[in-house]
Amino acid sequence: MPARGLGRHAFMSIVKAAVAVFCLVLLGLFLVLLVGSWPSLRHFGLRFLWTSRWDPVANVFGGLPFIYGTVVSSLIALLLAAWVGILSALFLAEFAPRQLSGLLGILIELLAAVPSVVFGLWGLFVLAPVVQNVIGPALQAVFGFLPFFQGVIYGVNMLTASLILTLMIVPTVMSISRDLVAGVPGRYREATLALGSTRWEAVRYVVLPMVKPGVFGACMLALGRALGETIATTMVIGNRPSISASLFAPGYTIASAIANEFTEATSNLYISALIELGLLLLVISILINAAGRLFLARISREGGPA
Amino acid sequence: MFRPIRFLAGSAIALGFALPAFAAPLALTGAGSTFDYPLFSRIFYEYSQKNPSVTVNYQSIGSGGGIEQFSQKTVDFGASDVPMNAKELARAGFPVIQVPVALGGEGIAYHLPHIKKGLKITPDVLAGIFLGTITKWNDPALAKLNPGVKLPKMPITVVHRSDGSGTTYIFTDYLSAVSPQWLAKVGRGKSVSWPAASSVGGKGNEGVAGLVQQTPGAIGYVELAYLLSNDMSYAKLQNKAGQYVYPTLQTVAAAAATKPEISATDFSIVNAASPESYPISGYSWALLPVTPANASHAAALKTLFDWTVTKGQADAASIGYVPLPANVQATAVKDIAGMKE
Repeated sequence: MPARGLGRHAFMSIVKAAVAVFCLVLLGLFLVLLVGSWPSLRHFGLRFLWTSRWDPVANVFGGLPFIYGTVVSSLIALLLAAWVGILSALFLAEFAPRQLSGLLGILIELLAAVPSVVFGLWGLFVLAPVVQNVIGPALQAVFGFLPFFQGVIYGVNMLTASLILTLMIVPTVMSISRDLVAGVPGRYREATLALGSTRWEAVRYVVLPMVKPGVFGACMLALGRALGETIATTMVIGNRPSISASLFAPGYTIASAIANEFTEATSNLYISALIELGLLLLVISILINAAGRLFLARISREGGPA
Repeated sequence: MFRPIRFLAGSAIALGFALPAFAAPLALTGAGSTFDYPLFSRIFYEYSQKNPSVTVNYQSIGSGGGIEQFSQKTVDFGASDVPMNAKELARAGFPVIQVPVALGGEGIAYHLPHIKKGLKITPDVLAGIFLGTITKWNDPALAKLNPGVKLPKMPITVVHRSDGSGTTYIFTDYLSAVSPQWLAKVGRGKSVSWPAASSVGGKGNEGVAGLVQQTPGAIGYVELAYLLSNDMSYAKLQNKAGQYVYPTLQTVAAAAATKPEISATDFSIVNAASPESYPISGYSWALLPVTPANASHAAALKTLFDWTVTKGQADAASIGYVPLPANVQATAVKDIAGMKE
């Protein structure tokens, strides 16, 4: 029937248009950032990537401390959030009594609804003193031989920022992982149990391999939020553009630098350098995502059928 | 039966006829400095109460954005913590009048257990601390200034603004004026590269104040309005005449009054010479076109700023800004008179 053909045609066009809009937005974003950062790209070239001097007065800009701070704080946050998120998802979906699971799930998801400025303020006034006086000294006492836990302990530092980011991205990892685990058909578990495995073995050898790609996707989504988080990190990271192995030293992230300095930046080169930081953030996100996918493809191949 | 659509349509028509009875107020728009925002909100509110025919919409998007929008004539006036320089004026391409609208001071806040406010600090020591050459509170240079005060053997944490701000400009302008070493190594700017190894940045006055209050051994610069409304310890700073003074509305006004003939090219009032003046203070500026693009706004704009730099200043003190001294007001009025109506 012609009417039906027309309907399908229209539907397909809408679907394709929806995808095209996203691609165009991403492409447009990339182009705008590229054009905006052109003066800085031309002036500093690749040096921008590995020099550390950020001096608006002398108009000399190097982005390395920001790149370092962004990547390190987000990766630490992801490392912590992945464990907490996946384990709590398993508990909620597999082991907790149903009513408790529903209640706890809502509580954790509520964390995602807290505005980031509230996390930032809480981090500055509550978590920072705790890191400085309790967590920091404790870590230093136990792991003080590692370079990550040496030196003067500041309240606002890379560790505090990573912890705040962790709190902010746990709900993403947890909520998606829980739904994935709950979505594994019951008959698989029953079949495994019937073969004589324990509850834990069923989760370990059947459920987890099945949800691995999805959980990985959840982690990437969470990482994206951590990389781009602005206001909460700005408030607790200490905003010092320098690189230190110690997590107790202040750092700086790309998003924080842009938020801090963009409004009052007046020279062309200065604005351009800030836009170049934005471009780098986009590139870093894409690179990390791609690297993650390659890694997943490799472990899936080695780990047998997933 | 009640018919919502017909009812709504009827109301709309009725309103449409009723509206022309009230003349729509003239809306002036401005954009720029966040430092000016609380003062502008207050002054413009008072002004609209007295002159219902004019409303002012000011967006505090930052000085950079303010200069940009003003230069492109998308707003009637701009505001900036540092006046537009020759290059920015050339880019704007039209004659601009710049007048001071707000005066503020900055205190040196610190956090030392058992030591209340009033620690004495000299310009040399302050520069040394921010340069990172003085790193402990019991440094002999500090101990010599404060006999009888038991200074702890505590590392100094330098706290500064992480966001670009006029506050940082005034503070680094002061350090540049008193320390040749600072001028050579760092210079003045709304964001600078902080040399002290122990420095951390807080966002906004609240960020700096929060970090100072939480970190034993911290020192930082905070706007006067913020300092006075929070229970913080702050230093007595030695001025050019050798006196140790607290930052107050009076000592900042005294500093400003020493230089009535300020202009957009010669505007620094840090390190003022009179014995009663506090050395770290400065102005924020309004940017006005000599010939407004929108001719119908010209008269209202002129009257508004005439009021802002004179009568409007009466409200400044109640919200922690220092009212412009009379002689500075007079200069500003003279400049605003140059606007074409």
